[in-house]
Amino acid sequence: MRSAERHFSALPGFRFTLGYTMFYLGVIVVIPMAALALKALELSPGEFFRLVSTPRAIAALQLTFGASFVAAFVNAVFGTLLAWVLVRYEFPGRRWVDALVDFPFALPTAVAGLTLASLFAENGWLGRFLVPLGFHGAFTRAGVVIALTFVGLPFMVRTLQPMLENFERDVEEAAAILGASRLRTFLTIIAPTLLPGVLTGFTLAFARAVGEYGSIVFISGNLPFRTEIAPFLVVIRLEEYDYNGATAIAVVLLVVSFLILAGINKLQLWANRFNR
Amino acid sequence: MITERQTARGSPPRVAGSGSGAGRFLLVVIAMLFALVFLFLPLLNVFAKAFEKGWTVFYGALVNPDTVSAIKLSLTITAITVPLNLIFGIAAAWAIAKFEFRWKSLLVALIDLPFSVSPVVTGLMFVLLFGLRGYLGPWLDAHNIQVIYAVPGMVLATTFVTLPFVARELIPVMQSAGNEQEQAALTLGASGWQTFWHVTLPSVKLALLYGVILCNARALGEFGAVSVVSGHITGLTDTLPLRVEKLYQEYNSTAAFAVASILALLALVTLAIKTAFEWHTQRVYARAERATSDARTTRTKST
Amino acid sequence: MTKRFGDTIAVNDLSFAVNEGELVALLGPSGGGKTTVLRLIAGLETPTSGDIFIRGHRVNDLPVQKRNIGFVFQSYALFKNMTVYRNIAFGLRVKKWKRRAARERVEELMQLFGLEQLGHRYPHQLSGGQRQRVAIARALAPKPDVLLLDEPFGAVDAKIRQELREWLVRLHHQFNVTTLFVTHDQEEAMEVASRIGILNCGRLEQVGSPQEVYEQPANEFVARFIGVMNVIELEVRNGMACLDQIAFPAPGYKDGDKVRVGFRPYNVRVSPSTDEYRCQAVIRHTYFLGIMMRLDLELPSGARVCARLTKEDYKRLGLATGMRVSFQIAEHKILGAAQNSNAHTAAGSGCTHGER
Repeated sequence: MRSAERHFSALPGFRFTLGYTMFYLGVIVVIPMAALALKALELSPGEFFRLVSTPRAIAALQLTFGASFVAAFVNAVFGTLLAWVLVRYEFPGRRWVDALVDFPFALPTAVAGLTLASLFAENGWLGRFLVPLGFHGAFTRAGVVIALTFVGLPFMVRTLQPMLENFERDVEEAAAILGASRLRTFLTIIAPTLLPGVLTGFTLAFARAVGEYGSIVFISGNLPFRTEIAPFLVVIRLEEYDYNGATAIAVVLLVVSFLILAGINKLQLWANRFNR
Repeated sequence: MITERQTARGSPPRVAGSGSGAGRFLLVVIAMLFALVFLFLPLLNVFAKAFEKGWTVFYGALVNPDTVSAIKLSLTITAITVPLNLIFGIAAAWAIAKFEFRWKSLLVALIDLPFSVSPVVTGLMFVLLFGLRGYLGPWLDAHNIQVIYAVPGMVLATTFVTLPFVARELIPVMQSAGNEQEQAALTLGASGWQTFWHVTLPSVKLALLYGVILCNARALGEFGAVSVVSGHITGLTDTLPLRVEKLYQEYNSTAAFAVASILALLALVTLAIKTAFEWHTQRVYARAERATSDARTTRTKST
Repeated sequence: MTKRFGDTIAVNDLSFAVNEGELVALLGPSGGGKTTVLRLIAGLETPTSGDIFIRGHRVNDLPVQKRNIGFVFQSYALFKNMTVYRNIAFGLRVKKWKRRAARERVEELMQLFGLEQLGHRYPHQLSGGQRQRVAIARALAPKPDVLLLDEPFGAVDAKIRQELREWLVRLHHQFNVTTLFVTHDQEEAMEVASRIGILNCGRLEQVGSPQEVYEQPANEFVARFIGVMNVIELEVRNGMACLDQIAFPAPGYKDGDKVRVGFRPYNVRVSPSTDEYRCQAVIRHTYFLGIMMRLDLELPSGARVCARLTKEDYKRLGLATGMRVSFQIAEHKILGAAQNSNAHTAAGSGCTHGER
């Protein structure tokens, strides 16, 4: 009976809504994607390789992936801690911090870059303490990491929170009753269960960081070979009407994003292996 | 001051020696320091800088003609983009949530796709398509239609970037509601439209509103994709975020922050609505949970 | 009125008719295709082949909206965002009833269904029984030609279920609307319906009055499903089907054939004296079922037979677990030749319950 129900539905409007959905996706998503693919296919492999391996392109790609990795790692440590604290402990203001976790997601990236740059500048609220200590947060590679950490934070915390909420606390009690110490319980029971979530959050934050543009423009200074990220180089190439150069770098970014997403799907299947 | 919290699947362990108070305190302090640097300070800083030189300067920055035209353009783009994606989101959610068909997961993946494309790459795609040296550029130029470095291109780029929001909020809610209420409406003689209008739409209105809010926020705040296709013509193709960049490049920091503070305020409103929405769903969920457990207990009692 | 179906996966070559004003139950185990039959009639599914008639008109090509049926879903499918009043009024509103006529109709139904006080409540504020009444009122409001109910009492707890059954019979009297309802509970079908159709694996096994299907089951499935039935396997010797001391005439069977025989537990007469009846057995278990007692008898060959008698008889006869007794079978039915080797194990288990 169930299977018959699923194959047929008496509700009207299927053809119309599906048709419209496909038409709209075709115009807004598929055709522009096809334009990029077409442009990429016009490049010979040799040419493509030459365009993405210019010293400037390599430096930009290295910075993008390197800084994204470091930022995702910072989030994996502190984001996990924040998620843990928000789920497991009750303290004054907890709900407000919890609500504010989505702030980087809601804030336009341009504003994020602007305010972070000014915070870490020499006369900024944080810069005035950090710069004398030798930490330059604005117009440096560190600034790129700071901005990417900011935009990646919600992905980490929001991935982990539901997992921590659903974590069965009886297991911890059981471990404690069996005589395990708090640290041992954490390492043997909690950490392995959280690992897939941390990895998923890490990957999501990384994927977001690879494509990030708006916030970096403000905080990095965009110096070629020093603080120039790959998306910025795409914009430069476009402004030079070098469509081929822009396309080649864009394809690298896009392919990496898709690989990451495919990886996340695999990761989630693996993470759920005990639940089925 | 800091206590263990009840979570969805269990209360705090009551085993002796479950975590020392000092360790707990240290964890919370580190986490809050992190939240302070990456959440509170950036937020406060926007408003502090915007009002650094007082109300008059703040107000003056906002009534600057170029800023006013940026506000107008941002609102125009949003007013076109959000309804387009709203209608699309409803149609897509109806087809995906209420029917089974082949390649459905592919369609869902395609809807999610814009989230994983870098905004800059999005802009590039439209330039490759409509730019002067793009695939359709020469034809458009011959017919005197300008897409890139003009409003149509900015609308397209924004539509691409914000396409998933409404559909993604609606699909899970519609799926979990099932088809039975709609079928009941049909058996009572309602047409497809009446069913949608009186039965489906009211039951998803909160998710719909939430999707629209997110879509709206992103449409107003989008920077990368719009920047690539805008051409940065002051007073003509500058949106609010582009205006922030331009003022910043002109070393007019206070004005940049003044414009940014409008966007930050918008983000806060979005956040407030989102939080209210989540707290509401939690309450509804808790109520449903209670109702089913009540029903279960009465049933067990009677048998 | 005739309704005919072709075969979908769930419903196989089914054909039956419900008379105007009749109350008919479709009874069968879950997964038997009952719900699909209702959905086919309502137009929520399309038959692969075959025709459906309502009041003599072929309705295959009519969309759901035009069939003028009332459908009560198992989960009721009340509109969550509407009050009780607006739920009941929905069908009238979309059918463009005059405002006053609609209000009168809704108020009439609310009064009949004891919902007067609940007009402003939302479905989540109602009890299970109230929700069910709202669902039926909503289905009846636009005066449907046919009322279809899918497991109408499935989601209500046992105590209220009894009341609702009586209420449904009264309701049917009052509205006299042709009603078809689906259930897996044989007791419910027997009590409420004027006729019962028994559905198994998408096939209609038998249609008849409750008495007919109980006393003259068409086949073993019906016999086992309606009420409790002993089914044992006997071997034919000298024209008699035999097992231990049990012997029935088996006309039309050759010696050596295996025959399956069914009989109701209340047709088993038990005596404490081992020579009152011919068949011998030992009481293995005694079950207390309210005013009735159920005995599990073990025959010398190891086969089990189930007997049912009143508590008074049980006391009067002085029966007890472990006792040697004699018994006889007052009435039986030959179900047919045993078909496979598994049949013996089935016969060995003796008692089969129609209840869940």
